[in-house]
Amino acid sequence: MDTKDIYTEAKRPVISIRDLKKSFGTLTVLNGIDIDILKGENIAVLGKSGSGKSVLIKIISGLLKPDSGIVKVLGQEVDKITAAELQQLRLKIGFSFQNSALYDSMSVKENLAFPLVRNKRDLSIKEVNDAIEEVLNEVGLSQTINQMPSELSGGQKKRIGIARTLILKPEIMLYDEPTSGLDPMTSIEINNLINKVKQQYNTSSIIITHDLTCAKQTADRVTMLLNGKFLPPGKFEDVFNTQDQSLRTFYDYNFINSK
Amino acid sequence: MAPDLENSEILPEKKALISKKIDSFFTDIYNVYKFIALFFKELFSRPFEWKEVINQCYQVGYKSLALVSLTGFITGVVFTKQSRPSLSTFGASSWLPSLVSIAIIRALAPLVTALIAAGKVGSNMGAELGSMKVTEQIDAMEVSATNPFKFLVVTRILAITFMMPVLILYTGFIGMMGSYLNVHANELTSLTAYFKSAFATISFLDIFSSIFKATMYGFTIGVAGCYQGYHAQNGTQGVGKAANTAVVLSMFLIFVEELVIVQVVNAIR
Repeated sequence: MDTKDIYTEAKRPVISIRDLKKSFGTLTVLNGIDIDILKGENIAVLGKSGSGKSVLIKIISGLLKPDSGIVKVLGQEVDKITAAELQQLRLKIGFSFQNSALYDSMSVKENLAFPLVRNKRDLSIKEVNDAIEEVLNEVGLSQTINQMPSELSGGQKKRIGIARTLILKPEIMLYDEPTSGLDPMTSIEINNLINKVKQQYNTSSIIITHDLTCAKQTADRVTMLLNGKFLPPGKFEDVFNTQDQSLRTFYDYNFINSK
Repeated sequence: MAPDLENSEILPEKKALISKKIDSFFTDIYNVYKFIALFFKELFSRPFEWKEVINQCYQVGYKSLALVSLTGFITGVVFTKQSRPSLSTFGASSWLPSLVSIAIIRALAPLVTALIAAGKVGSNMGAELGSMKVTEQIDAMEVSATNPFKFLVVTRILAITFMMPVLILYTGFIGMMGSYLNVHANELTSLTAYFKSAFATISFLDIFSSIFKATMYGFTIGVAGCYQGYHAQNGTQGVGKAANTAVVLSMFLIFVEELVIVQVVNAIR
């Protein structure tokens, strides 16, 4: 591969969104969103509760349909492809839910095995067990393998939720409020895990959050969803070096103690 | 006479409310139709989730055995005890096994088992799927490239549809045994003589119609439970509502189906 090819590969957007609009009844949550997420890039999407942040990643993963606009993931338009194509595309997308969404009738081991055995039916039991052990080691929770989700702490649930997505070795990670409801120490552990996932699996990620520490520690670029539109994305320091009142309020609330 | 201004203002609101309810009723019917159509589409498409179907058969069948055994047995004993005085009045106590077998095989076993299953299995399906829906577990399944409808809904509906005939035949047998114990306690009839007398009046059509009814009831309970759970909304309140509606709807539809099937079977007979 020559230098030109490497450059093209690095700059290739894995997610490309153009003029995306989504409304629920009379409430417009996304009103013409444009953004590109490059390969190997983490981008944090900030915004108030109910501003449509989670709706955005649900559209990217095909859980919701857009009203209009183009959403291309790994070169495929998610709302135009067939169900079978969407299923194949989803194997490359990891989705970490706000409340972890672990299957509460299954143990940690069964939760992790579930996506693997359903999508790679030719794997032997040993291969499945090895994969489970590997991702549990990645998230540092090997000892929880036989526990039920109800026996785990909030932080452990989040990490097992991330492990469940990693088992399919995704190219894209979508994190929905990864640190919400967690204490600062556990939040830092989750932030470190997000960075580790990016380095180890070479993933591109969208991190939906209203936690500025999380955004600062994990994102290459930051943007804010305001009134259904994105503010221009940029580095954390650049975005918050502003007198814009909405951004200042957001920043001051999160870092009030550091002032 | 002056016009009633208050009522004239309320009337359009009431009209709108009634119109909304009618609209919602027909939308629900259309959605159920789509749900059933999707069930049949997914039923015949690969991959088949046989392992989960067997697991669900165990959950809805084996785990209901204790409850249906008890209710079946009590039904047999009570029905025999209640019928004896009336038959004795006409000197027809010897007809007791035939009467009980007709009542149990044709009506009591299917109805009692179906109502028990609607309460136990239907509410369980509504609550379990509803809980999975509101905690995003169904979404999690979908984004991990698993078809949640096939894995959760198709398997459950299939399992209850397969297991209901088994449960109903089992309940019928247990009910007859309960009846026999009562008859034996009073008349010292042997088991062979009792069953010979009981089955003398039972035809193939009776058994067939019971199995057919059982299949219909099972499918109804499965669809009602899964539909309500799969479309649950509004958190824990929605889960409770889904479970409750699943039971009430199943029971109502079971009685309607019973009425229709009895008419058809009697016409054939």
